[in-house]
Amino acid sequence: MDEKWCLGCHLCEYYCAFAQTNEKDMARALKDRKIAPRIQVEDSGNVHFAVSCRHCKEPLCVKACITGALSVEDSVIRIDPDRCVGCYTCVLICPYGAIAPAIAGATAPEGGGLVVQKCELCLQNKMGTPQCVQNCPNAAIVYEDRG
Amino acid sequence: MRYMIIGNSAAAVGAVEGIRRTNVRTDSGREILLISDEPRHTYSRPLISYWLQGKVTEEKMRYRGLDFYDKNGCILLPPKKAVRLDADRKKVFLAGGRELDYDRLLIATGSSALVPPIPGLETVEHAFTFMSMDDAVALRKILTAETRALIVGAGLIGLKCAEGIRESVRSVQVVDLAPQILSSVLDETSAKMMQDHLEKKGILFDLSNSVDRFDQNRAFLRDKTQIEFDALVLAAGVKPSADLVKNAGGRVGRGIVVNDKMETSLPGVYAAGDCTESLDVSSGEIKVMALLPNAYMQGECAGVNMAGGTASFTQAVPMNAIGFFGMHALTAGVYTGETYVDQDQEHYKKLFYGGNHLNGVILINREEKAGVYTSLIRERTPLDTLDFDLLCRQPGLAAFAQTGRDAILGGVL
Repeated sequence: MDEKWCLGCHLCEYYCAFAQTNEKDMARALKDRKIAPRIQVEDSGNVHFAVSCRHCKEPLCVKACITGALSVEDSVIRIDPDRCVGCYTCVLICPYGAIAPAIAGATAPEGGGLVVQKCELCLQNKMGTPQCVQNCPNAAIVYEDRG
Repeated sequence: MRYMIIGNSAAAVGAVEGIRRTNVRTDSGREILLISDEPRHTYSRPLISYWLQGKVTEEKMRYRGLDFYDKNGCILLPPKKAVRLDADRKKVFLAGGRELDYDRLLIATGSSALVPPIPGLETVEHAFTFMSMDDAVALRKILTAETRALIVGAGLIGLKCAEGIRESVRSVQVVDLAPQILSSVLDETSAKMMQDHLEKKGILFDLSNSVDRFDQNRAFLRDKTQIEFDALVLAAGVKPSADLVKNAGGRVGRGIVVNDKMETSLPGVYAAGDCTESLDVSSGEIKVMALLPNAYMQGECAGVNMAGGTASFTQAVPMNAIGFFGMHALTAGVYTGETYVDQDQEHYKKLFYGGNHLNGVILINREEKAGVYTSLIRERTPLDTLDFDLLCRQPGLAAFAQTGRDAILGGVL
């Protein structure tokens, strides 16, 4: 994420929320719905930037998870919604605020039973590649594996 | 190299994963030996109240998958208690007399319930502690829709138990000596909010009071009132299980004394988790912080060092994420210094700061980006390097200087 190029357009949030619905048409999927994106733009004066999970090499959230619902798979931090009980320990420990309680009724796969949500690089939805990266109009968001 | 771990919970699992990330297993290597007196696959202890409530099955309580021991080259011995340690000869003795040799040993024995010596306790037919799956199973066995439950202790364990059984019993009454609930976690205002919420869900409180004595199913309280009950849960606190190290001549304060590498004063012996005491960086005090995240991280640190790597754990802070019937409290650090408060009927945020540091935070129903606050407390971030006014109102990375943010978010290469 390079904030120099971020316009603060929040499109990444819409594409993220859309990706979670697994629907085909964005307008139909998001119209009149509260969106709950896993990437979030912070705006402060003329500064804009988007924050999503950093997939840390030393992930505090995974280490702190009380149930084992959070794990590292192929360098991506994944969450198993079946094992998450919504204690919010991960929310309390993520230094970037990149894990959030799921909002009831907001954009999420129906019946997913999700209690907290975080970026999983679109591996858990039908898209398979990060949609925030793909659709950022100014290429401010990039996906790089920095080892 | 034979690694031995006494314990099978968060610190033990952290150690196994720490050993294996440092010393990748060879096919023949099953050199990690785990000793526990519980006949169970590793499970998440905090989930026992969720299990009572019917929110998780026993299967979902597994802290790691069924292949965990195999995958990591571990042998979980048949359940036996380790009763003695001889650090000079590098031997551990099990109940029943078996003796085992080790090269590196981790004590991850956790803590046990502190049972207050209340007269007449031995006359109570159904008395429980609430620390383990066995405790939860025993409690559930006797609960009926007619059960009147009495819980001594309005801390995390007592109240999670109260939540866990509320729906399935006739009444739940909680007695505590302190004038507020959750006195080690919340301040007065937030405790009152949580108490009101719990009372609305039908839990009864009797605070600033204590049990003088029991006579079978009757408790006689300090204020001369009496409570009749069918099941008693004692949740008056926990104590570190430090006897193995203590009896072997190792240094023990309130918990086992360890350094940053999780080494005890005994050569080749490490300790991690609830059985230890450690430095709370937010207050500068040595404390027992019986918390699962710290246990895992200490265990992992011990494991890396046991396997010949280099790790240190220096950022322990008290930290609690705890919810009751949908109301969530997130807290971290110590509650001293100047304060910033933002509250309404259902939400509460209180920040404690001083000496250019954030010392502590209490949040009720204000989860958003809470970890940004915790991180400032853990890292002892100087507050004059960021926009603290903005941060008080809105936790986020916008309050940081751009260079710091670029380091986190990537910037351009």
